[in-house]
Amino acid sequence: MTEQTHFVDIRHAQKSFGSLEVLKDISLTVERGQIVGIIGSSGSGKSTLLRAINDLDPLTGGEVWLDGVQVNKTLPHRQYEKHINAMRQQVGMVFQHFNLFPHMTARQNVTMAPMMLKGLSQEAADKLAEEQLDKVGMLERIDYYPSQLSGGQKQRVAIARALAMEPKLMLFDEATSALDPELVEEVNMVMKKLAEEHMTMIIVTHEMDFAASVCDRVLFMDKGVVVEEGPPEVLFRNPSKDRTREFLRKHLEGAK
Amino acid sequence: MGLDFSIIPDYLDIILLGVAWTVGITLAAAALSFAGGVVFAVIALYAPWVIRQPFRLIEFVFMGTPLLLQLFLIYFGLVQIGIDLPAFVAGIIGLGLHFAVYNSELIQTSILAVDRGQMEAARTLGLSRGQALRKVVIPQAVRAVVPPIGNNMIALLKDSALVSVIGVSELTLSAQRAIGKTYRPFEFYILAAAFYYVINLCMEWVQRKIERRISISR
Ligand SMILES: Nc1ncnc2c1ncn2[C@@H]1O[C@H](COP(=O)(O)OP(=O)(O)O)[C@@H](O)[C@H]1O
Ligand SMILES: [Mg+2]
Repeated sequence: MTEQTHFVDIRHAQKSFGSLEVLKDISLTVERGQIVGIIGSSGSGKSTLLRAINDLDPLTGGEVWLDGVQVNKTLPHRQYEKHINAMRQQVGMVFQHFNLFPHMTARQNVTMAPMMLKGLSQEAADKLAEEQLDKVGMLERIDYYPSQLSGGQKQRVAIARALAMEPKLMLFDEATSALDPELVEEVNMVMKKLAEEHMTMIIVTHEMDFAASVCDRVLFMDKGVVVEEGPPEVLFRNPSKDRTREFLRKHLEGAK
Repeated sequence: MGLDFSIIPDYLDIILLGVAWTVGITLAAAALSFAGGVVFAVIALYAPWVIRQPFRLIEFVFMGTPLLLQLFLIYFGLVQIGIDLPAFVAGIIGLGLHFAVYNSELIQTSILAVDRGQMEAARTLGLSRGQALRKVVIPQAVRAVVPPIGNNMIALLKDSALVSVIGVSELTLSAQRAIGKTYRPFEFYILAAAFYYVINLCMEWVQRKIERRISISR
């Protein structure tokens, strides 16, 4: 077994859907407390990479390590399920389309997994829901159903739901892409707050300003490879690769 | 001989007992058909092949043969292999399983229609597939399926009259008993029909209540 020093360590990740190779030998490390942004045009493999980290889209090659444990290790089916469920409890994920449970209130969305998986009592879980929903500014809507909330509010509840499992790592897959522009800021605020608390995060985003303001490091992906990576002030201001420059230029034009 | 509804009160106790049996059998069979429908649906969609195949046979038997025959089989046939069920139990099982198969079809479709992101969100939190199905997917599928299942339950109510043939004194058989004593088929069949109609209305009312309650949470 290789010694393993990085908090998140993705080694030679390769992923194909049939004959389509979506991730081509990607290696990436993230240290505890770091915030890494991933940018790139649609279809470049950003979601697939993120989803490989908690094995939602299992890799076809390569390894994912989290805090010294290999996530996608080879085990008999039963054991693997047990292992992966335990790993996933440590990794929070936030989706573009929220994926809140529509038949549960905000409170129930937050309490369900901790009660089920950590055996929290109803009282303890309620307290946890109040804390987490307060943190994302949704305490007042604690007993609302998702259908009664705006997009920004839904996403904040979804973040609270993920945080309630006390993850070591948070993955955001275009958390604000489905939101009306005026609702983006309230979600960004929550993510900034997490950044201040030194939550380790990997953030796929189309918002360059936001990425520049919270990320320690930004990766530009294109066609299944990491073309370039660096601190945001370098990657955005002074990219070294033509493809990065072209992407940023197009993106800037698109934003206007 | 003209119509004479004035004799009805003398036999009302028989008829009301029949109503009680019909309601009881319908409710019990409805509950069984619902629970069975969920179980069959999960088996059809997720169970390994060796479990799925026998269930497909059950499904075929219950969908492809007359309910009447199924009731005979359960009540008279099972005795031969040592299973001697009271008539009303045989009736509930027959009706319940018959409609469970129909409900299962509806529930399967509606499980598959639940957004994939729901299962993913649940798995991401660390739930196993079974836990995610139980807590997240199936509750949503079941909510979506209340209206069509309601229709099945009204069909179940009507088909509950068939258990009269194995001797359960439900509403139809009670009406026949009263007719046997009075030779007044028209009056008592109309009365029975009126009771079926009332039970029907009650079931629709309950269904609307349920639909209203779950519509907030969608
Ligand atoms: N489940 C899947 N089956 C087949 N192809 C997929 C699947 N998921 C993603 N892809 C393909 O993989 C490529 C990368 O997708 P994705 O990772 O979602 O890109 P991004 O998030 O950067 O937009 C796309 O071409 C997409 O069509
Ligand atoms: Mg994507």
